[in-house]
Amino acid sequence: MALPKVLGIETEYGIQAVNVPDSNPTSAASFLINAYVSELAQGVGWDFEDESPGRDARGFVRDGAQAPEVERHLVNTVLTNGARYYVDHAHPEYSGPECSSPRQLVTYDRAGEVILQRSMAAARRILPPGQEIVVYKNNSDGKGNSYGCHENYLVDRAVPFPRLARLACAHLVTRQIYTGAGKVGCEEEGAERARFEISQRADFFEEEVGLETTLKRPIVNTRDEPHADPQRYRRLHVITGDANLSETATFLKVGVTALVLMLLEDDALGSRELVLAEPVRAIHEISHDPSLHTTLELVDGTTMTPLELQWELYDLARKYAEERGLAAIGSEEEGAEVLQRWEHVLSALESDPASLARELDWVAKYELVNAYCERHGCGLDDHRVAALDLQYHDLRPERSLFGRLRVDTLIDPAEVERAVVDPPPSTRAFFRGECLKRFAPSIVAANWDSIVFDVGQDALQRVPMMEPLRGTAAHVGTLLNEVHSPAELLARLSG
Amino acid sequence: MAERELKRRPAPQREAQETEEQEAPTTSERGEKLKAELDDLLDEIDEVLEDNAEEFVRNYVQKGGQ
Repeated sequence: MALPKVLGIETEYGIQAVNVPDSNPTSAASFLINAYVSELAQGVGWDFEDESPGRDARGFVRDGAQAPEVERHLVNTVLTNGARYYVDHAHPEYSGPECSSPRQLVTYDRAGEVILQRSMAAARRILPPGQEIVVYKNNSDGKGNSYGCHENYLVDRAVPFPRLARLACAHLVTRQIYTGAGKVGCEEEGAERARFEISQRADFFEEEVGLETTLKRPIVNTRDEPHADPQRYRRLHVITGDANLSETATFLKVGVTALVLMLLEDDALGSRELVLAEPVRAIHEISHDPSLHTTLELVDGTTMTPLELQWELYDLARKYAEERGLAAIGSEEEGAEVLQRWEHVLSALESDPASLARELDWVAKYELVNAYCERHGCGLDDHRVAALDLQYHDLRPERSLFGRLRVDTLIDPAEVERAVVDPPPSTRAFFRGECLKRFAPSIVAANWDSIVFDVGQDALQRVPMMEPLRGTAAHVGTLLNEVHSPAELLARLSG
Repeated sequence: MAERELKRRPAPQREAQETEEQEAPTTSERGEKLKAELDDLLDEIDEVLEDNAEEFVRNYVQKGGQ
C-alpha cells in the first residue's frame, strides 16, 4: 500500500534592498530574518549533524557533480510552527514543517508568506526612514538567474529509484499547465525573448535526472537525504515547481503529485508507460506555448498534448480512487477534492482557459499582461510589463498585484494565522514546535529528525525523530501537557 | 470539507467542442465580469507600479539561487 504522503514545501524568496547603502543580498536576507527572530526573541539554532545533501538516490556520487553546500555561518533558525527559516546562499528561505495533507501544506505555505511579510515590517522598524527590504515570491529575476520552490514527498524505499524517476518525469514536465506562475520574457539561451511563458522555472532545466540544484538543473532530482529512517523511506525532492501565490495552484501542485506518487508506489500507472522521448525539450516547449497545443513525443512513438497526458493520469487516479481509496493523502475527502479540482482545471484549460483567471497564477498574470499591453499599446518587451510581472509577486500588501486580482482562496485566514505560531498536529513537526514553545531555553539545536536538549547534565540529550508520523498531538500531546520541565519530558520519553 | 460526489468529466478533449456551445452563456458572463474587474485594476495600476519601471527592472538581480 502507498505510504501516507507526508509533504513539505520550501521557498527561496527573491529579495531587494531599497536605498540601503553597502547592502548585498546575503546581508539583506540575514538582516530580514534577524529582525523577525529578534522580535520573537526565540531563536534556536539549526543542527547540521545529519545533513548529507550530496548523497545520490542512484547509489553513487558522481565525480565533478556539484553537491549543494551547507552554509553554517549564516542565520538559521527553527520556528514554533515547526518550520526552518534561514539564509540559503543569497536568499531568505522558509522551509515549512512536515504536513499530512495538501490543504495543511497550503496553510503552512501561506503562513510562510505571512512570516516574510512580518519580517519586512520588522526590518522597516529598524532601518532609517526611506530604506526598505522587499521580498518577492517568484523564481526568476528575468536575467537568467533562478531560485527555487522545492517540494518533498515521503515515498516507500521499496520503489526502485530508476522506476520512480522514469514514471514521475512526464507528470513533472506537464503539470506546469496548472502549476505555472507565468513569466514575461524567455530566459532560454538563444530563444526569442519577448514571449509569455507558462512557467517561471521551465527555462532552467537542462537534464533529465541528476543531483544538482544550482546549475544544469535536472527534472528529477536525485538528492537522497530522507531525514527519516533510510531503510524504509525516501524523500522525493522535487525542484521543478514554480512558487505559487494562488492557493489552488499550490493545492494542485502538491495534491496531484502526491496522488501520482501513490499510484506509482502501488503499481497503478497502467500497462502503458507514459514516458516522454525528450523531457527537457518538452518542459521548455510546453512553457513557451500558452495555447497548450504543444505536441509531446512518447518513447512508444505516439504523441500527446500536455492536457491529454494529464487526462490520462487523471483517469488512472480516478480508477485507483474507486478501487483503493485515497486515505493516504490525508483523508478520503481531501483525496476527492484533489480529483475534483484537478478535473475542473483540466476541463477549463481545454474549453476556456481565461475562465481560470481567479484560480491559476499563470492565467491571472496572462490576462493582466495582455490587458495592460492592449490598453497601453505596448509589447511584451516594454519595461512596464517586466515591472508588472515582478510586482505580481511583491509580498507587500500595498504593492502586490496578485493581491489586487481577487484570486480565489481555499484557506481561512484565521487558520493561516494559527499556522504562523502552531505546528501541524498530525506529524512530528508537532513535537518539534511544541518543545520549542515550551522549552526553548533548554533546546540547543533542532533539525528535521532530532532535537538536542541541554538539561544541565554532563552530556547533551538528543531525541531522535526518525518517523515523520510519530510525535503527533495524538502521540505526545497529553505527555507535553503533563510534564513541567524538559528534564521530566526526557525522563518520561526514555521511561 | 463535506463529501462530494466525484463527477466524471463530461467528455474527452475532442468531444468537448460540442458541449462548449451549451455552456457559452455562463462562460461569457464570467468572462465579462473578469474583464470588468481587470479594467478597474488597470485604471488604478499606475498608482501601484514602481515609479521608474526601467530602473526597477534593471536593479532586480537575484544570484545564487537553487
